[in-house]
Parts: sequence; structure tokens; C-alpha cells
Amino acid sequence: MGLLSGPEENPAADSGWGHDHARKGFFTDTSICIGCKACEVACKEWNRNPQDGDLKILGSSYDNTGSLGANTWRHVAFVEQKKDRIEEARESGRKLVSLGMPTIGPRSGAAAPGGRAGEDFTGVDTTPPDTPEFRWLMSSDVCKHCTHAGCLDVCPTGALFRTEFGTVVVQSDICNGCGTCVGGCPFGVIERRDDGTVSPKEDRGRVQQEVPNKGTANKCTLCYDRLVEGEEPACAKTCPTTSIKFGDRSDMVEQAHERVAQLHAQGMTEARLYGANPEDGVGGTGSVFLLLDEPEVYGLPPDPQVPTADLPHMYRTAAVAMGGMLVATALAFLGGRR
Amino acid sequence: MTHSEYDEYRPPEPPRRRRGGRGAGPGGKGKRRRDLTESGGDGSREMAMVEDVEFESYYGRPVVKAPPWETPIGIYLFVGGLAGASGLLQAGAALTGNTELRRSARLVAIAAVGVGTPALVIDLGRPERFLHMMRVFKVSSPMSLGTWILSSYASGAAMTAANEVDRLTGERLPFGPLRPLLRLAEGPSAVLQGVMGAPLAAYTAVLLGDTAVPTWNAARHGLPFVFVSSASLAAGGMAMALTSQKNAGPARLLAAAGVIGDIVGMHFTKSRMHPLESEPLEEGTPGKLLTWAERLAVAGGIGTLLARRSRTVAVASGLALAGASALTRFGVLHAGHESVKDPRRVMIPQKDRLEKRRAAGITDDSITTGW
Ligand code: SF4
Ligand code: SF4
Repeated sequence: MGLLSGPEENPAADSGWGHDHARKGFFTDTSICIGCKACEVACKEWNRNPQDGDLKILGSSYDNTGSLGANTWRHVAFVEQKKDRIEEARESGRKLVSLGMPTIGPRSGAAAPGGRAGEDFTGVDTTPPDTPEFRWLMSSDVCKHCTHAGCLDVCPTGALFRTEFGTVVVQSDICNGCGTCVGGCPFGVIERRDDGTVSPKEDRGRVQQEVPNKGTANKCTLCYDRLVEGEEPACAKTCPTTSIKFGDRSDMVEQAHERVAQLHAQGMTEARLYGANPEDGVGGTGSVFLLLDEPEVYGLPPDPQVPTADLPHMYRTAAVAMGGMLVATALAFLGGRR
Repeated sequence: MTHSEYDEYRPPEPPRRRRGGRGAGPGGKGKRRRDLTESGGDGSREMAMVEDVEFESYYGRPVVKAPPWETPIGIYLFVGGLAGASGLLQAGAALTGNTELRRSARLVAIAAVGVGTPALVIDLGRPERFLHMMRVFKVSSPMSLGTWILSSYASGAAMTAANEVDRLTGERLPFGPLRPLLRLAEGPSAVLQGVMGAPLAAYTAVLLGDTAVPTWNAARHGLPFVFVSSASLAAGGMAMALTSQKNAGPARLLAAAGVIGDIVGMHFTKSRMHPLESEPLEEGTPGKLLTWAERLAVAGGIGTLLARRSRTVAVASGLALAGASALTRFGVLHAGHESVKDPRRVMIPQKDRLEKRRAAGITDDSITTGW
């Protein structure tokens, strides 16, 4: 059995896979994402995920998908930012570097080669979006395939399992839809697919969609069905900018480290990694991200902890409570015989 | 170049949404992002597609999801506790030879299990697969442990209740030659029911605590105390209502102890929580439910002191206590659901604890890294 928390080299082997299979993962480099949503579409098509929501404009920039859920396994976030916010992001990123291991490259913005912090576009009318005057943050979010996956730990049926690739997958024929995993995930990824996902009113005049695996929990499988055939996941395959990279998790982490160093060298100190630290609250994620601002800006939790890490302590608390209950009952009978 | 009326059009700027002030706990730094439309009034610059956004969240959308546990689970939390503590009561009554109390407790227990188990099954997305729970025994899953606790408890409770009903009806149930076997199983079943009683009352607190739902997770240090107390006062109350005053002494005492534990436990639980995490237990509908739960518990608790003299008081306070327990469970359940709606309840406590660790010199365990 795997660990509940802390760094863990090989979650697949610890889950009982006898052989040494490389752990697979994503590296989503949001600095080159163009927000085309091809990943969302490819994911939907390959996994035959039904429509999510009512096809309404959500008023959140170009994001009309909303969030990850039972029917949405890739979600592209759009954030619009102005200069002051970019500067703040740059500053918070710089602080992060000084917290960590200051090793590579010149970090100070304006002084760096190709640095853009000092550029001044005020008064220029044709400001392109991707400058310090204004920027769009675009990030394709996905299940993190955590080293310590809360969803998997709490699943009472064994429907969720650790694959030989170190990923976390639901077996839809086993899941009974108890929903425990939904609360177990610190990233709000997994969700139960309910019948009510497609509203009947909006559906009029359209072909009624087939909704597979109703009532069971659904999330990204890292295209398990493609992986066993030696293929890469649909989203990574389709991504036109290689913002979504797929490969051995160790390679992904290495690429991520290189990329963030490269960006820092260009003065983009706002760049930072999310999920590459094996010491973090979920033991590092299988899907590593390069972000250009603080995680909460993208709707990612800033300090996620797998709830099961604290389970031994919770069991101890419960044991004390049960002991108290036994003592109270015993005393009640001793004192109640009056 | 053609002109249309829309060329001049700029949408009116709506009043800014502010969510600052509320619950400005230690971390309530209500940092507001300046609006994108504030500059470039000539329309030549990039125009923002969205209005003011709190930077602690992504368009105010939830970060974590609450499990799809609705009313049936609220009912289950209540009757599960009721059954659990009744299991202890029947064991104690059997040991002390208190036949009447034993019978009441066992009947309450089987009724509670009879309501609770279907409630649990109905709330599944695929109820017909309920037995898939029995595929594995998984210590890391409180839901798995709970299923095993409930099923072993229920088998014990069914046996003891069958014996009670059989005796109550003058051995008229059609057990035939199996009756001696039934009687033989009564003792061990009573033990099983007693042993599984406390775990049945407590595990649901761990089940809620072991989630990423901010209010439940933060309540994990105290919720087991609240839940076993709530179970005790409900079971004590029900047994007190169904038993003659003479034999209901232990039930009254257990109920009174439960009331004290419930109130103290709830305050202790909240004291260990971030203000943003405990707020849902105090505000809105869940807050109201919990306030009334406390009032009913106090009323019922006072009732237990007088219930020795009057059966009417015993019945009334017994029902008040059961009501208090039900309200507590629904209050906690809904507070959790409420807490995921506002992303600040996730983001700010997390940022605070990260900051605290950094201030303490622990800088190597953040999920965000600069290298
Ligand atoms: S992100 Fe959530 S759903 Fe994905 S593996 Fe981690 S806990 Fe499970
Ligand atoms: S809903 Fe399905 S996958 Fe999720 S915990 Fe329950 S049985 Fe496991």
C-alpha cells in the first residue's frame, strides 16, 4: 500500500504493481498556451463526455466552460490582467525564488537579457495583449494525478485505482456513486455524473445526448485507454503549441525546472511551478504546471493538503471520543440504578 | 468607413461587486484588484471582457467540491448516531438486567438502522451497486470502514430486536424450530451491537473530517466529540421517552452527559477553526439549524432533570433531544456544503497556513515553487 503523505518515489510500485513502469504525467506550460481550447475539444471527443451546462456565456473572459467536473476533464482558464497585477505577480514570483534554491540565471527583470519589465508602452495605442500593459493568462487545467490522491484513498469500493502508469483512474463499472471521492479531492476535480447535467429545456430540438456512466464518479483518466496502446493522451496530442506536454513524469518535472529557469533568465520572474515539489501536501502531482501568477488566480488552491494525511490523527481523536462515550455510558448505568 | 450606432457604444459600468468586509479574519486581506476598464477610456486599448475580480479566486468560482450528500445522508448521520448510542444502552441494560430499558434501546436501534440503511443506499448514484462497498476493506477510507461497522452493527441489532419482538408478541413470530437458535444468538449479538455502537456513532465525524471541504476538514479536531455526544443525547432521549421513569435512570444520565458534551464539543470544535471556516456553522441556514439544535439540547437537558417525576416531561424532552441531534447533523452537513461555495473559505485559510509555515522557517513544502 502506498503512503498517506510525504515524498513517494514510485506510487504505482507501492500500490502493488510488481514491475517498474515509468510514472507518466503532464507538464502544462501555461506561458505558451494560446487559449484555443483544442485540448478541451479533443478530450470531450475521445472520452465521449456529454455536454456540460447550458451552453451559456459565463462572463468570465473567454472561459465559458466554467470548471473541471464530471463531464469536463480539461478546462482552459482565462484571466485578464493589467500592468499593476503583472508587476505584483512578478514580485511574488521573485519572492518564491528567494525562498527556494537560488541557482540559475539572472533573476532581476529589467537587467536580464530580453527583459521586459522596464519596457514602457504607455501612450502607444497599438498595445499587443501579451505585454506588461495587459495580458491574458490562459491555463489548461486537468486532474493532477496526485502522488497521494485523496479521491483514491477514500474510495470505499476500490473503483478508483492506481494504474501501472502511476495515474489515478475510476473503473466506471465498479463505482457505485457514493461521492466520497468528490470531497476527498483537494483540487475539486472529480465529480459524480448526474442525470441532470443536460437541462431538458435547452435540449429541445437537439438530438438527445447519450450520457454514459450516469451516477458514477468521473474525471480525467490521463487517457488510460490510449496509454495502454502506447499512445499519448488526446489533449497533449492535439495541443498545437506544445503547451501540454506528456511523458515520463521525471522528464516532465525536469523540463518544467528548465523552462522556469529560462523564463526567469528572461526577466519573467512571475513564472513558477505548481506540483513539482515532492514535499508538498499531495506529495507532488503527476500533472505539473508552469504558472505566471499565484495559483489562486487560476482557481488552484495555494496550499492543498490531501485530507487522508491527517487520517491517523482523526482516527485517534475518534478513538478518544468513543472512549469518552463508553465511560459516560458506564457511569450512567452505575449512577442510574437509583 | 461606415458608422453604426454600436460604434459609439460602451456598456455602462456596473457598480463594483465588493465582497471584502465579510468575515475579515486574520487573513481577510480584502485586496481588491483595480479594474481593467479604469484606464484607456478612449476605447482604443484592450477592453476588459469581465468586471472586477477578486484576486484570491477565479471569478469567485468554487475551488473544491462538496460530495453530493443530500437529505438522506443528513438523516443517516442522525439515525446512525441514534443507533450507535442505543447499541451501548442496550448492552448496558442487558448487563444490569434492566429489561425494559434494554427493550426500548433495541427497538430504537433497529428502527434507526431500518431508516438509515435505505437512506444511505438511496443517496448512491448507483444504488443497485451498494454491495460493491463490500468488495474491499480499506482502512484509508472512512466510508469503507463505516460500511463494515454499519453492516456488522445491523446484523447484531437485527438479532437482538428479533428476540425482543418475539418476546413482546408472546413468541408468536413464526420462528418455529429456529427459536432456540435465535435465543442462543442473542447474547453474542448484543455484544456485537454494543461493541460496534461507539464506532457507528463516531465514524461519520471522521468521514466528514477526511474531506477537502473547508468547514468539515477544519472541524476534524472536535467533530468526533460532537457526534458521539449528539448520538448519546439522542439515544438517551429516545430511550427515556419509551421507558418508564423507574427504569430510565441510565438513559437520563446518558442524555444529560450528551448535552454537556455536545455543547462543549461544538465550542471546542469551532475554537480550532479559521474564522472563515467556522462561519458557515454560525451563519445562514446551517447556523440557524445549529442554534436551534443547541436550544433544543439545553431544553431537553433540563428536561432530563425533571423527567424522573413526569412521563410527559420525559417524552417531551426525549423528543427535543432527538430533534436537537437531527438539527446538529443537518447543520453540520449543510455548513460543509455552504463552505465550498465561497472560494475564500478555501483560499485564505490555506494562504494563511502557508504563510505561517514560511514565517516559521519551513519553506520547502509549498506546492508552488520558484525553481
Ligand atoms: S486531483 Fe483530485 S481527482 Fe485528481 S488524482 Fe488528485 S485527488 Fe484525485
Ligand atoms: S463515487 Fe465511486 S469512485 Fe468515488 S468514492 Fe464512491 S465508489 Fe469510489
